[in-house]
Amino acid sequence: MTEAPDLAKDGIAKNDIAIDVHGLTKKFGARTVVRDLSMQVRRGSIYGFLGPNGSGKTTTIRMLCGLLTPDAGEGTCLGFNIRTQADKIKRRVGYMTQRFSLYQDLSVRENLEFVARIYGLPDPANAARDMISRIGLSGREAQLAGELSGGWKQRLALGACTLPSPQLLLLDEPTAGVDPKARREFWNEIHALAADGLTVLVSTHYMDEAERCHEIAYIAYGELLVHGTVDEVIASAHLVTYTVSASNGEGLAKIADELNGRPGIDMVAPFGSSLHVGGRDASALEAALQSFRDRPGLAIEPAKPTLEDVFIDLMTRARDNFQ
Amino acid sequence: MSRMLPMAKDPPRDRGSFWHRTWAMLVKEFIQLRRDRVSFAMIVMLPLMQLLLFGYAINTTPRDLPTAVLLQENSDLGRSILAALRNTQYFKITHQVTSEAEFDKVLASGQVLFAIEIPAGFERAVRRGERPALLVAADATDPVAAGSAMGALGQIVQSALAHDYGLPEAAAPLFEFRAHARYNPAGATYLNIVPGLVGTILTMTMLIFTALSVTREIERGTMESLLAMPITPVEIMLGKIVPYVLVGFVQAALIIGIGVLLFGVPVIGSLGLLALLSTLFITANLAIGYTFSTIAQNQLQAMQMSMMFFLPNILLSGFMFPFAGMPVWAQWIGEALPLTHYLRIVRAIMLKGATLPDLTYDSLALVGLTLVAMTIAVSRFRRTLD
Ligand SMILES: Nc1ncnc2c1ncn2[C@@H]1O[C@H](COP(=O)(O)OP(=O)(O)O)[C@@H](O)[C@H]1O
Ligand SMILES: [Mg+2]
Repeated sequence: MTEAPDLAKDGIAKNDIAIDVHGLTKKFGARTVVRDLSMQVRRGSIYGFLGPNGSGKTTTIRMLCGLLTPDAGEGTCLGFNIRTQADKIKRRVGYMTQRFSLYQDLSVRENLEFVARIYGLPDPANAARDMISRIGLSGREAQLAGELSGGWKQRLALGACTLPSPQLLLLDEPTAGVDPKARREFWNEIHALAADGLTVLVSTHYMDEAERCHEIAYIAYGELLVHGTVDEVIASAHLVTYTVSASNGEGLAKIADELNGRPGIDMVAPFGSSLHVGGRDASALEAALQSFRDRPGLAIEPAKPTLEDVFIDLMTRARDNFQ
Repeated sequence: MSRMLPMAKDPPRDRGSFWHRTWAMLVKEFIQLRRDRVSFAMIVMLPLMQLLLFGYAINTTPRDLPTAVLLQENSDLGRSILAALRNTQYFKITHQVTSEAEFDKVLASGQVLFAIEIPAGFERAVRRGERPALLVAADATDPVAAGSAMGALGQIVQSALAHDYGLPEAAAPLFEFRAHARYNPAGATYLNIVPGLVGTILTMTMLIFTALSVTREIERGTMESLLAMPITPVEIMLGKIVPYVLVGFVQAALIIGIGVLLFGVPVIGSLGLLALLSTLFITANLAIGYTFSTIAQNQLQAMQMSMMFFLPNILLSGFMFPFAGMPVWAQWIGEALPLTHYLRIVRAIMLKGATLPDLTYDSLALVGLTLVAMTIAVSRFRRTLD
């Protein structure tokens, strides 16, 4: 986005950073759900927020838009303090919740008109009509939101949160439970929005979606473990990987059991008809694999570590740290 | 999907006023109410059912009620009245008594439910236009039966006489109808029941409508989106209350309309004032229900709170028992209930023709209760999901 004139008036100093938070911590009762989380998201970028279920993604996103108060930590969202200026943030952020949270008993059009009125758009009926055709829901405007299928609901939700022309989109697992074609269209749309200058923070647990982000962060057990571009994240893991495949395709599960836990082997994960085996110490890994090399019908070949390998390794380590 | 945003310029962010957002909320609530068949049915069915239930009791009990008559003079007029009474199905003259003592005795022993005394010199006084008193004593231990028959009595006698004497019915009453409900002097008569029903039905429905409004948003998950939007607790509250003010208004009109048409309840005072103060009462209950919904954790709790609140409304407001007869502590509680004040207002306007200056205290009490409830609701409203 080129400098919008009213941003300066609103007092945004660091124009190229949309989200800038430090040390965010959130507890529910005695449980720390997000711990000392810091992140910076550049304006106009698509930032992927990855992590297993229950790792604190939703909680973090809620803290960013003022829906939860952090127990510790500070930061700004679009230049506004997340603790004290939630009102200003809310006017500029579109938040698509993980669970569909529009009104099921309102029609597509009524839902959009509601949003348009709340944000004071000059002509709510017109704004809703335009959005309906943009999200491809023409002909369904009178249908109740609760009667839409998953993919249509997701489009409606995205339409609703982009309707007031936000500067930042927070999308919480927007593609969960959506078919692959709809998923791809959705990502095309997100890229189009980002090209127009919108910043997008999107949580997901699909690896292929991570690869479509400019930058990613991985969170597990409430801690942000790694962030950067996909390549940076892979490189920072210093993981050496091999694929282990059996010619007859059988017995891999048994071999995985044998490999698991050997010194030098940090991760073992089945990938289709082969195993990904990785370790951070190349020579130790090589030594561990040595005894398998002369097994008949077993092929062991060096491979480039994938993002998924890295995440599995990160999660294994994080779990070990927390137990 | 084509491109969604022609992100040409950043739009002005702080547009959208209090009114826009309240209006947005209000429209949304209206649509939801319209879609909610159960609530919609409740708006119409609840008052109808209640009224018809009470109406059934009113219409069927008073048949052939045993009645004693004390004739202190032997006149055409007296005989005319007796004939008129006999002609109605309400009263059956079982005793012709000859003294005050006997009059009291048959009533006290329960042999009759009504005793009617036509005093000496009655006819002459009527002819002179002195409007003498026709005394009717009723055993009001069954206030519904006694009350409704008594209400009918005046009308019946009046029209019978008018007919006999060839006078137009609309003419000024020929005599004063002095009813005396014994043993339960403040007992509700049918005149009291309909105004009372307006208040209780409104209390119940208004509480239920708003008591669920916030908890429903939370349980359906829509609260998360709503809180992420730039809307304030006051705007949410007003948007959720105002549609139901109209609903309450329709209900009140329905009940009063049926009361007037079916049961002949008069509205002596100003209909405009009644509408105004009814709106105030409706708002007070909506605000209280809304307060419950900001405190309750879920819909069940909200319902329970409403019921807990509804009970003292029925018992301590003067609907069930005469207010003046309650112990002082109960009266204090009663003063804190909107229904108490509304009952006074609605009875005073409908039956006594009271005007606003007569009702200042009760009107201000309703305003006060509304403001207290709204203040609690706004301060209790959770703006985050913490
Ligand atoms: N309001 C809440 N009260 C108590 N625990 C919560 C609440 N919200 C989330 N949690 C817990 O916090 C953890 C992180 O949740 P969440 O942020 O939703 O994870 P994610 O979105 O990554 O799946 C989960 O274990 C969840 O049970
Ligand atoms: Mg989540």
